[in-house]
Amino acid sequence: MIPHEHVIGLSILLFSVGVIGALCRRNLIVILMSIELMLNAVNLAFIGFDRAWAARAIASASALPGAATAATPVDGQIFVLMVITVAVAEIVVGLVIVISLVRNRDSLDVEDASLLRW
Amino acid sequence: VTGELVLFYLFASLALFSALAMVSFVHNVVAGVISLVVTMVSLAGIFVLLGAEFLGVVQIIVYAGAIMVLLLFVVMLLNLETDDFAPRSRARSLWKLVGSAAAVAFAALLALANRPQPGLTPPISGSIGGHRDIGLALFREFVLPFEVGGLILLSAIVGAVILAKRRVD
Repeated sequence: MIPHEHVIGLSILLFSVGVIGALCRRNLIVILMSIELMLNAVNLAFIGFDRAWAARAIASASALPGAATAATPVDGQIFVLMVITVAVAEIVVGLVIVISLVRNRDSLDVEDASLLRW
Repeated sequence: VTGELVLFYLFASLALFSALAMVSFVHNVVAGVISLVVTMVSLAGIFVLLGAEFLGVVQIIVYAGAIMVLLLFVVMLLNLETDDFAPRSRARSLWKLVGSAAAVAFAALLALANRPQPGLTPPISGSIGGHRDIGLALFREFVLPFEVGGLILLSAIVGAVILAKRRVD
């Protein structure tokens, strides 16, 4: 059995690695990948909490007589599917912005994309 | 210690190591993309170990397959394998350090709160809902978010085509 805290702990570690990557790197593609890493860490946390919830539902269903095949709650997994959908949309638009930035500035440095800075 | 736990630690260390490699590969973007693929695949293994087999498969197909191939195509088409940027000022590096320290402090705070809870049911090792449960939930109670997700993907496609199109005069 994998303890719940270990799943959440791995999620915390991966998320903070993603935050540090998004803060410290200047390459736009690496920043996009760090954002993907953070989204994946959140997905892991969702599945960990969904697993805790399913364990409780299964335990309470087996305590009741007659309710042998209770439906497992899958709300956390539905959340993960939605996060994946939004992540795909985000990465597509992000890469298109990268392509047009390279066309206009000929650079991937975020420091060169400072036209809108006050 | 069961085999399940050993596999979890194996996948977890692999995911963490390759995530750190992705963040710290300074001059080779392609190597960074490949190490992110390793992270995604190890996370898919962890999903399967946690009982979410459907999401493990989705993780491999969508993340390790589609998204990473898209990233790799863009990196290779634009011929941007290396990044040697001009060095920037010392104050900015200081702010990077401050931000990273804040991120580490945030992670430490979360890790302190992440201890075994007395009232929690002990973990299970079977499936926590397969494709049948997910499909039923997706088309019954979550049908509105499902449709909104389709709209988001459609608008992303249209936006990508409009933004990436070369202007022809």
